Amino acid sequence: MPVAFFLACDAGLLILAALAVLLHSRPVATTVIYGGALALCLAQLAGALIHLVGDFAPSAVVLPVGLPWIGANFRLDALSAFFLGVINLGAASASLYGLGAGRHEPEPQRVLPFFPAFLAGMNLVLLADDAFTFLASWEFMSLASWALVMAHHREPRNARAGYVYIVMASVGTMALLLAFGLLAGPAGGYAFAAIRANGVTPGLAALVLGLVLIGAGSKAGLAPLHVWLPLAHPAAPSHVSALMSGVMTKVAVYGFIRIVFDLLGPAAWWWGVPVMALGAATAVLGVLHALMQTDLKRVLAYSTIENIGLIFAGLGLALAFKANGFAAAAALAATAALFHVLNHAIFKSLLFFGAGAVLTATGERGMDRLGGLLNRMPATGLFVLIGCAAISALPPLNGFASDWLLLQSILLSPQLPQWALKILAPAIGAMLALAAALAAACFVRFFGVAFLGRPRSAAAEAAREIDPTTLAAMGFLALLCVLAGVLPGFVIDALAPVARGLTGAQMPWQGGIAWLSIAPIAESRSSYNGLLVFLFIAASASLVAVAIHRLASNVVRRAPAWDCGFPDASPATQYTAESFGQPIRRVFGPFAFRAQERLDMPAPGDRRSARLKVEMHDLVWEFLYLPVVRAVEYVALRLNRLQFLTIRQYLSVVFGALVALLLVLASWP
Amino acid sequence: MALIGELSVQISQMLLVLLLAPLLTGFVRKAKARLLRRRGPPLLQPYRDLLRLARKEAVVAHSASWLFRFVPYLVFAATWVAAALIPTFATGLLFSWSADLIAIIALLGSARFFLALAGMDVGTSFGGIGASREAMFATLAEPAMIMIVFTLALVAGSTQLSTMAGFMTSPAVGLRVSLGMALIALVIVAIAENGRIPVDNPATHLELTMVHEAMTLEYSGRHLALIELASWLKLLVYVSLISCVFAPWGLAHEGKGFSAHAIGILVYLGKLALAGILLALFETTIAKMRVFRVPDFVGVALMLGFLAVLLRFVSGSL
Repeated sequence: MPVAFFLACDAGLLILAALAVLLHSRPVATTVIYGGALALCLAQLAGALIHLVGDFAPSAVVLPVGLPWIGANFRLDALSAFFLGVINLGAASASLYGLGAGRHEPEPQRVLPFFPAFLAGMNLVLLADDAFTFLASWEFMSLASWALVMAHHREPRNARAGYVYIVMASVGTMALLLAFGLLAGPAGGYAFAAIRANGVTPGLAALVLGLVLIGAGSKAGLAPLHVWLPLAHPAAPSHVSALMSGVMTKVAVYGFIRIVFDLLGPAAWWWGVPVMALGAATAVLGVLHALMQTDLKRVLAYSTIENIGLIFAGLGLALAFKANGFAAAAALAATAALFHVLNHAIFKSLLFFGAGAVLTATGERGMDRLGGLLNRMPATGLFVLIGCAAISALPPLNGFASDWLLLQSILLSPQLPQWALKILAPAIGAMLALAAALAAACFVRFFGVAFLGRPRSAAAEAAREIDPTTLAAMGFLALLCVLAGVLPGFVIDALAPVARGLTGAQMPWQGGIAWLSIAPIAESRSSYNGLLVFLFIAASASLVAVAIHRLASNVVRRAPAWDCGFPDASPATQYTAESFGQPIRRVFGPFAFRAQERLDMPAPGDRRSARLKVEMHDLVWEFLYLPVVRAVEYVALRLNRLQFLTIRQYLSVVFGALVALLLVLASWP
Repeated sequence: MALIGELSVQISQMLLVLLLAPLLTGFVRKAKARLLRRRGPPLLQPYRDLLRLARKEAVVAHSASWLFRFVPYLVFAATWVAAALIPTFATGLLFSWSADLIAIIALLGSARFFLALAGMDVGTSFGGIGASREAMFATLAEPAMIMIVFTLALVAGSTQLSTMAGFMTSPAVGLRVSLGMALIALVIVAIAENGRIPVDNPATHLELTMVHEAMTLEYSGRHLALIELASWLKLLVYVSLISCVFAPWGLAHEGKGFSAHAIGILVYLGKLALAGILLALFETTIAKMRVFRVPDFVGVALMLGFLAVLLRFVSGSL
């Protein structure tokens, strides 16, 4: 598949963006823009799949735009093709969702022009083959998504979300800029081919790794640079939230993989250590935060942080294996991470669509004002349930398949020779298992409070099912969750060229194993068959259902809830999101959030009500960001005086700066 | 011919676990009653309970959704599939390769996920309390279980249960510190997962400390029968798991004749009886814990499991 095809599609997306400006807020605009984006994304998805499955040679093109002596280089290889597939899968379903639910948008002209521009920006990052094109597309993507975050700018919290986002995005891009500067070296070879040929010293490579962890990590939501993510992702319209969480974070993962696995040259053994440690810490921190949120979309945003942590843990493991020459194990870990990239794009988009459907139907995002939606929105409820089960890594859905591969790759790590890795790997395994268990609790809470029980508000009581187009977008993704879960072998085989490109090896060919099982190393060692597990559960459940209904009773009587003889009249007596999370907060809260509960119990006879006060701290924000903010404010206040100087003083400042710079240049070795 | 043999072993195993699960629970109840110098219910009482429940009409709350009626079948099916894949009396199960130990644990996790959802479905405070506490226990018990699986997998070089059982009978095992820790951790996890004393009391109702019973409070009739049977099956799963990995003697290996399988079944019955007596003894000698002491108890399992894995990572012989 030639790279020009993708460039043409992305040019089409940019034309759509211009068209959206021209159409302004005409009613037809929504259909035209989302319909066009859907078609272009499907075309790119098909192209990416063909390239990946056909295992074609990379294709490159140089356009005479951009920096004059380099041009704009574009290249399509297996890694780009895989991420193009993931991104366009998410983008196509978001466009489909937009076709349906986009009609309810109050100010469509604030969303429509930026939506295709955002998609084009993400696609161009994946195709870029020189530092300038990469950074320009990256920044284009950031700015377009920032505009989408600010689409509902009148809501009070969104302005702050947009501000934090743009600051963090600028910091991230600056880190990447410096990283590319170091990679290009003094000769300034900014094309990726020149960078690969150039090579860097180990010291510089360490610096680049740190800068990439800051640059790509902040965009992906790696702790402690994640703080913007739970603010910005929920602020955007729901299908854009889905794009940002499910898809844009994957572009950041791509940036990390491209630089660290491809451009930075052979890995040192310790590179995996910070990546794995940050990944595992991110996973646990993200899901603990998710368990404490009561806003549907914020829960999902924090859960994105968790999943990014899992992906980075897998990538770190792959780096460690690769550096030590265990190519097969590295391929397994990298495949697991990439599989999770795909899975997370699918189920996180699905869940954000579900949250958007709930928001459209009820106008509520707070879980404690929802409830009982499964009876009122049965199809949405079913699809969200599938998404919740998949993200909780339950067999036989797709989340379990990638989680299983990741655990299998950790089981290979005792062969690593370095002691730091030997001790880190089991700790990573324990933290990933903890994160998976917490994620299951988090999504029981998510679904149980929002969709089950009795409605807690009039809006939830009056909710109606969403339109069929939106449902189609969710149903498509739910189907993919099941398919990728029961047939993981096909995904692993499709990932083979990518894994080969990254690690020099690939997992054993899964297509030849009987019954469509997957076996990462050998069948005697470990194997899993999602299809059979799925069929077994379905068969035994139906067998029992038929047997009981035939042989025993099939009578159902509807009655008031029993509740141990004390049924509560008010829906407010149900468990809420807060109360569901309380036991977990008591176990993990004291060290994760320094959580404290204070009970103010009035004395007997005193008629004021008792109060329970919970205090929680976002430790990362308080210990990392607030000091920086305070320092900046302090310096700004001191430097403020410079704005009120006379012209003589300004001239002397300029002269002094010039002399100082010349001195530095003169004394530079 | 081998296929037919494996298929017959697989099917007889599926029927055997289904038949034995109520008996094991009845046996534990009887043993506990005898230890307390009560006469106790008859051994076959659980079967009678099941039959009676299955014949009764199912009462479903007005506010319940379709999920409420769907979950009992799903929970039962997931637990049954997990029970069918653990070698009880023979290792040559036809489908043993379709799910390794990690997948079996995750299947039990699926059952718990949906049971907790069902607890929240009717919208009562008891259901919520049960679901949230179950979720809290699971957040510690599941990682502990994964750590135990890691230890076993690193010792046996495989996550397949039949390979593990085969390795454990070979002389290459020896006495290992990590296996001892894993055994203690596994017993703690099994007690917590099955809601036995001191974590939860399977015999209580109307108590603010109950967990499993609170989740299933709204169920009746055939739905309750399935959920009860699933929870008995889960006890059998954990007993079978412990005996398959730590006491794999008497397991009939692949390709052995009918007599080996008959011996396998008899030995398995003996193991179940021994486990039942030990469980009853343990439960009668200990008091139930407060809910917020349970994380410490299960946390011990997590720490032991983690230490065991760490030992395996730093030394091949421990």
